[in-house]
Amino acid sequence: MTAPDEQLNRAFAALADPTRRSIVARLTRGDATVGELAEPHDMTIQAISKHVRVLEESGLVSRRREAQRRPCHLEAEVLDLMIGWIERYRRAAEERFRRLDAVLEQMATTENGVAQEQKGAAS
Amino acid sequence: MTLAKHETQIEANPDLPTIEITREFDAPPDRVFRAWTDPDLFARWIGPRSVETQIEHWDARTGGSWRYSNTRNGEPLASFYGSFHEVRPNERLVQTFTWEGAPDGVSLEIMTLEELEGGRTRLRSLSVVESMEVRDAILQSGMEVGVIEGYEKLDELLAQD
Repeated sequence: MTAPDEQLNRAFAALADPTRRSIVARLTRGDATVGELAEPHDMTIQAISKHVRVLEESGLVSRRREAQRRPCHLEAEVLDLMIGWIERYRRAAEERFRRLDAVLEQMATTENGVAQEQKGAAS
Repeated sequence: MTLAKHETQIEANPDLPTIEITREFDAPPDRVFRAWTDPDLFARWIGPRSVETQIEHWDARTGGSWRYSNTRNGEPLASFYGSFHEVRPNERLVQTFTWEGAPDGVSLEIMTLEELEGGRTRLRSLSVVESMEVRDAILQSGMEVGVIEGYEKLDELLAQD
């Protein structure tokens, strides 16, 4: 497995947790400290801090020193990679379904033809 | 996000090892069902155009089984097999799916067809696999050679823009 794949796996694993998803959702609106991230949750700062560490390890979140604060920052690039992954899969499925669209259209044409000519003929 | 009416929607549940696909078709459920269960029709759309699909076995009845192979220019690429767990005409199709390259892996494919107004159909396909890791690997690499090739063709297409 290549390095970007491993990073994606870690990112997906990190997002398997609902608290961490909610943290990421909050960070899409801007950087926040662990204290700010803990506010909407019925959890201790320590518990939130642990979740943030998992997100850091996954590469989804980074933290920088800024005086007394260490705000959490969402690494949009990693999130984009993940979205791109699903989007590629989606487009591949869409491509297959467009072939199915074409088959369905041909079936409709054939059925009309058969109905007019020789209904019930064995295919 | 606004999508065209026919665009495929994919949902990868973050808590469960599933992939859910939703797509609408301009054809009534009986026709969609037939395109999925008639081996000749199925072989015409399942793989990319560059790949030939040979149906080797096909018994689309509840309790039946299926197997098909893909070749390109006569070269074997991949084979897949599974069972038809439930075949409920025009409504529901439940199958297992295994790629022979990973014989211990199996997914459960639950497909439902919903009749829409104007002779149209909404298809929902839910794939359930053994673990989140397997699910993510499928999303990542494509479960079938067809999907992978689809990516490649798409990448080429996108590169032309």
